[in-house]
Amino acid sequence: MGAINYKRVTLLAGHYGSGKTNLAVNLALEMAEKFPVVIGDLDIVNPYYRTKDSKEVFEKAGIELIASPYANTNLDIPAIPAEFYRITNDKSTHAILDVGGDDQGAVALGRYVPSLLEENDFDMLFVANFRRPLTPTAQDALEVMREIEAACGLKFTGIINNTNLGKETTAETVLSSMEECEKLSTLSHLPIVRTGVVVNLADELAGKVPEILPLKLQPKIF
Amino acid sequence: MADKVLMKGNEAIAEAALIAGCRHYFGYPITPQTEIAAYMAKRMPKIGGTFLQAESEIAAINMVYGVSSTGKRVMTSSASPGMSLKTEGLSYLAGADLPALVVNVQRGGPGLGGIQPSQSDYFHATKCGGHGDYHMIVLAPASVQEMADLTIKGFEMADQYRMTSMILADGTMGQMMEPVEIKNVETKTFEKPWATTGTEMKRPKNVVNSLYLEPSELEKMNIARFEKYKSIEENEVMYEEFMMDDAEIVLVAYGLSSRVSRNAIIAAREKGIKAGMIRPITLWPFPKAIINKRAEQAKAMISVELSMGQMMQDVQLAANGKCPVYLCNRVGGMIFAPEEVLAKIEEANAGGVK
Repeated sequence: MGAINYKRVTLLAGHYGSGKTNLAVNLALEMAEKFPVVIGDLDIVNPYYRTKDSKEVFEKAGIELIASPYANTNLDIPAIPAEFYRITNDKSTHAILDVGGDDQGAVALGRYVPSLLEENDFDMLFVANFRRPLTPTAQDALEVMREIEAACGLKFTGIINNTNLGKETTAETVLSSMEECEKLSTLSHLPIVRTGVVVNLADELAGKVPEILPLKLQPKIF
Repeated sequence: MADKVLMKGNEAIAEAALIAGCRHYFGYPITPQTEIAAYMAKRMPKIGGTFLQAESEIAAINMVYGVSSTGKRVMTSSASPGMSLKTEGLSYLAGADLPALVVNVQRGGPGLGGIQPSQSDYFHATKCGGHGDYHMIVLAPASVQEMADLTIKGFEMADQYRMTSMILADGTMGQMMEPVEIKNVETKTFEKPWATTGTEMKRPKNVVNSLYLEPSELEKMNIARFEKYKSIEENEVMYEEFMMDDAEIVLVAYGLSSRVSRNAIIAAREKGIKAGMIRPITLWPFPKAIINKRAEQAKAMISVELSMGQMMQDVQLAANGKCPVYLCNRVGGMIFAPEEVLAKIEEANAGGVK
């Protein structure tokens, strides 16, 4: 992992349900081994399955979480705390931004774009899962990519292939998605920078897919 | 055979509705079911269907009434407070014998309540919240795959019996993602000679209506409708049994609660407690006969539900005094951990629940 050059701010955006939050959590844990890390939950769309679910994990790893005080409560309101400006203003920490799904989710990012562009030390990564029903092909994913860029006013700088089938993910699930992902890379002129792989498949896939980010999943009780 | 995809429960319902031939969706956004509307908004225009965000839930259910009158497959979806608003329409659909698929992805109540998962609309669905004597077929999926499969089945049953099929899910079932195989099945279709499709001057006109000027006529319609309900209760009950062969502590649970119960039962078995589960798949018709039969072998039954003992009443009626029936529940958007259910199993096994 030494070769990975983290920009100060990493933005994760992509189609709805592509696994952005889970990637954000795991990426924060990886980065926290090297720098102080702040993770910002910018999801104004979905009130279920939030970054805040991992609050205890963050506390243990010394990662700071900035999230809506209403996340995981019954107040269904798209709110972002004022503290969010720290992500662009406090340049002493690395930051990961978990952006909401699709173009609707990316709207909230617009407010921070001038500062991000001025500093110019960010990556905006497109999270792709080619096993999601509305994005089975590179062309579908490209459409979502363009909608997100139009909504927030930032261009993507790279792709994370996060193709998975939940608990039924196998090495083959990931390998068979590489063709579409490479097509997306060609169409968008963007590099595939990481591959999100559930931790128990990481060894099997090592060397066969770009830069594995091993994923620990949140435990489920049902 | 199609490849599996990773879907949210809400998306699975929407995609399955399209496979069932539904080309008309009317709705109004509300958490935690908005993905159904969002999915329909994306897909319907691409396949020549109608997605319409109505001005209210009441408007949407009445649009369902209109399209159903023409014999087309049609659906709406909402979450608990929105379902209260639709309830007048549900009674009118029943009174006019119109088929429809209605989805309720439940959240905490009463009132505005909350957006987290709940099962507290059990009475509303199974006892029917609207006015008049009527029933709806109520289907309770417990996996994302079942969200899809029961949606198709729901459309078929609605057409067959000319009544509303309701999918009764909860916020977690709607939001959770699981791998699903969306099969391009041949959906069963039914003749609809009653539909208002234009007479072309070849037949008497069809009228879709729930108003009867003569009370004797209205009585006759009500009695005939309940004959139909009786045959549904005899023929359409669906349930699943889990570790029931030698079970002494019998859990009854549906949807999300059945998933937690399953884990609790496995843990109880490891401790030497003979626990098992009856999982109703149809909540109406309710699986009375199997519960009554299993009550004979049971030391106790436990109704595991995310409500204040609503289904418990049906379990008690079905068990008919053959064994004690206890309640294990959380409400308000809270979900029990398997350990909490296990504790209830242990208490029941030791001879009673506090």
